[in-house]
Amino acid sequence: MSYYFTILSPTDTPLFNIAFGTSKGGGDGIARFRFPETAQYMNQFIIHSSLDILEEAQWTNGGMYLKHIDTYPPAAAYITAFLTPSGARFLLLHQPPHLPSSTSISSGLGSSSLLGTAGSTTRASSSSIAANPTSPQTEEAVRQFMNEVYESYVKTAMSPFYKQGMEIKSPVFRTRVTAAGKKWL
Amino acid sequence: MSSTKTSRIGEEIWKTRVDKVNAELVTLTYGTIVAQLCQDYDSNYQDVNKQLDKMGYNIGMRLIEEFLAKSGVGRCANFRETADMIAKVGFKIFLNVTPTVTNWTSDNTQFSLIFEDNPLADFVELPDDGRAQDELWFSNILCGVLRGSLEMVSY
Repeated sequence: MSYYFTILSPTDTPLFNIAFGTSKGGGDGIARFRFPETAQYMNQFIIHSSLDILEEAQWTNGGMYLKHIDTYPPAAAYITAFLTPSGARFLLLHQPPHLPSSTSISSGLGSSSLLGTAGSTTRASSSSIAANPTSPQTEEAVRQFMNEVYESYVKTAMSPFYKQGMEIKSPVFRTRVTAAGKKWL
Repeated sequence: MSSTKTSRIGEEIWKTRVDKVNAELVTLTYGTIVAQLCQDYDSNYQDVNKQLDKMGYNIGMRLIEEFLAKSGVGRCANFRETADMIAKVGFKIFLNVTPTVTNWTSDNTQFSLIFEDNPLADFVELPDDGRAQDELWFSNILCGVLRGSLEMVSY
């Protein structure tokens, strides 16, 4: 599983981006997206395109963690969202690893069968988080991840040299997010 | 006066005679002051340090009075006792920290105060412009306070 995590300010300015891979089930923590190296902007594109859905979803319940809100089937990308009370949006894109055989994909089946295929391939043995991006275990793991990042975000935002809406450049914050990713995802 | 007795005085005053205020209020207020100074002086950190020292000096000149009234301690016999008094009573009652006194020079005229935790610097991350890490003395106000208060008791 590869992850792309981004923080957006209430005015949709990107504050922070990071790409990483799973560390569970023997993963090495390196992101391997399905797009070629030159097309990594696709992640940003997909993540930002889910903002409309996020804006609808944010009123549906009182919680800050909105779970899985959007799917982009052509890239098998799943978006999970977390809102802070001040309006910052944490968005996590996850993409299961590339499937070795392409027969089931090229036959044009829906996202649910993509999931099923991902579960039944070799990767299924690694861990449920890697195999199934919408399973309750994954949602729980992402929730833990989001909460940990939120805590670090609050601390970073409390620094007197950080101004609201400014890009987060703090290396400490980046390390903490990486650590949280390693721990939960 | 023995060192343990000094720390007992500090503890006692901290517990019974000091009005407490929320630590985050202090941290955020002080952080804002420093950040504002950095902005006002266009990130000329030497000037910011100087300004913080001056502010501390003015605080120290008044604070010594408060310190003596609260603690009721008398004159220190030697400089080592003074150092102990600063660390274990002074910092204890005003900031609830006890820095370690160390690095004495052989002629007993210089020492260092080492802070294991600094309540003024919680959450703080210095701007990463390549200079602040080396040039900005974030808690320089403390040096000013010491300078001001010690000057008033003729050091």
